[in-house]
Amino acid sequence: MLYREGATPIHRLAPEVKIAATVAITVAMVATPREAFWAFGVYALLVVALAATARIPGPWLVKRSLVETPFVLLALLMPFVGAGERIEWLGLHLSVEGLYGGFNLLVKGTLGVLVSLILAATTTTRDIIVGLDRLRCPHVLTQIATFMLRYLDVLTGEARRMHIARLARGDDPRFLWQVRGFATGVGALFLRAFERGERVYLAMLSRGYTGTLFPQSPGAGVAQWATAATVPLVTAAIAVTATIVT
Amino acid sequence: MIPEALHISNGVLNGPVSIAYAVLAAVAIGVCVVNGRRDLEDRLVPMAGLVAAFIFAVQMLNFPVLPGVSGHLLGGALAAILVGPWVGALCVTIVITAQALFFADGGITALGPNITNMGLVSTAVAFGVTVVLLRVLPRTPAGLSISVFVAAVVSVVVASQSFVLQYALGGSTELTGGGLAGVAATMAGTHLLIGVGEGLISAATVATVARVRPDLVYALRGLKTGVAA
Repeated sequence: MLYREGATPIHRLAPEVKIAATVAITVAMVATPREAFWAFGVYALLVVALAATARIPGPWLVKRSLVETPFVLLALLMPFVGAGERIEWLGLHLSVEGLYGGFNLLVKGTLGVLVSLILAATTTTRDIIVGLDRLRCPHVLTQIATFMLRYLDVLTGEARRMHIARLARGDDPRFLWQVRGFATGVGALFLRAFERGERVYLAMLSRGYTGTLFPQSPGAGVAQWATAATVPLVTAAIAVTATIVT
Repeated sequence: MIPEALHISNGVLNGPVSIAYAVLAAVAIGVCVVNGRRDLEDRLVPMAGLVAAFIFAVQMLNFPVLPGVSGHLLGGALAAILVGPWVGALCVTIVITAQALFFADGGITALGPNITNMGLVSTAVAFGVTVVLLRVLPRTPAGLSISVFVAAVVSVVVASQSFVLQYALGGSTELTGGGLAGVAATMAGTHLLIGVGEGLISAATVATVARVRPDLVYALRGLKTGVAA
């Protein structure tokens, strides 16, 4: 996935601490009134500091934050479809409400994506599920999520084998022409993957699997929680100040 | 144009609406966990994991819907039909949460609304439509494929309109009356096209599974059908 190997202080934090901090930081940022431009500047500095601490290069962050593009386009649309008072700018009639709205969407969306990316870059997917488990996420959910991660490999493996089998039999799947093959193959892929997955599951059961994958470990101590709480606390303080000032 | 905009990002919806939907989603997931546990006997555990993995993989494939607009499948219909509405909703919920935490796709503060649209609304609608159609249409492989296809199309469009409702209730920016209607029409239009793609893939998958392993299709349980023939 997006995990980047590393041994920075952020990498070393327990996953449940990082998930809780990510959620808290995002909530505080989103709750900040949109008129408080300075607050978003400070948040941006905080995010840069976090990324630097985790040794995540800027270009990587920029490239990965492209998932947000649809909402950037929505943000650019806002000044044109927003309600209320309008101003004239370069011959365009723009809605003031829409301009604020577009800024709001752009800045909160971007900051949110960057914070989530820092979590994803410093925590393995398995650790994220362990963290959710320790945060008392219902067991059924973490169990299905664990199987999902295992079966992703099974699925891609089967897909690769089926693709090679088709090539070996003289098929030449290219962009549009492979749609038909894909449609007929997708059901077969699902069944093959399921039957492999079922064998894996039965093998796990016969080796004593009872539904708990993660041995009960103590999790993060007070010190870790205290360290990780600093950034959310700063963010919350800025959000509160911004709300009072504006 | 608004490309596939169902993974709502942070700051699109206002606080009260995000919180209300988060509470709604949490309660609904609780109900699904309780009911799903009954369904999750031995066979369904790997099935649920595979359905989640399948949807996760399929959501990463973006295909062009219109010039400049791309969409990906939601998978709600597939999940509801293969593992039932309760476990299906849990599978999609896990995929959406994983997308947000592993790939930063979809805002963390918008998880409640996102789970409501794609995890709850789309699976519930798809399952309802399938159950009704399976009783009305002839019980043949073609009848099953058509049921799945229609269920998928309807579920995707309804899910997109659920987002429009959320935006009408608490969009962070007030739009002119025409603006909201425009968003509703654009969302319905693009998602109709996404729904057709979703319907074809879901129908192809379910038809194959029903032919080879009808015992794995939850929606067929309790139906005396010729679908398996």
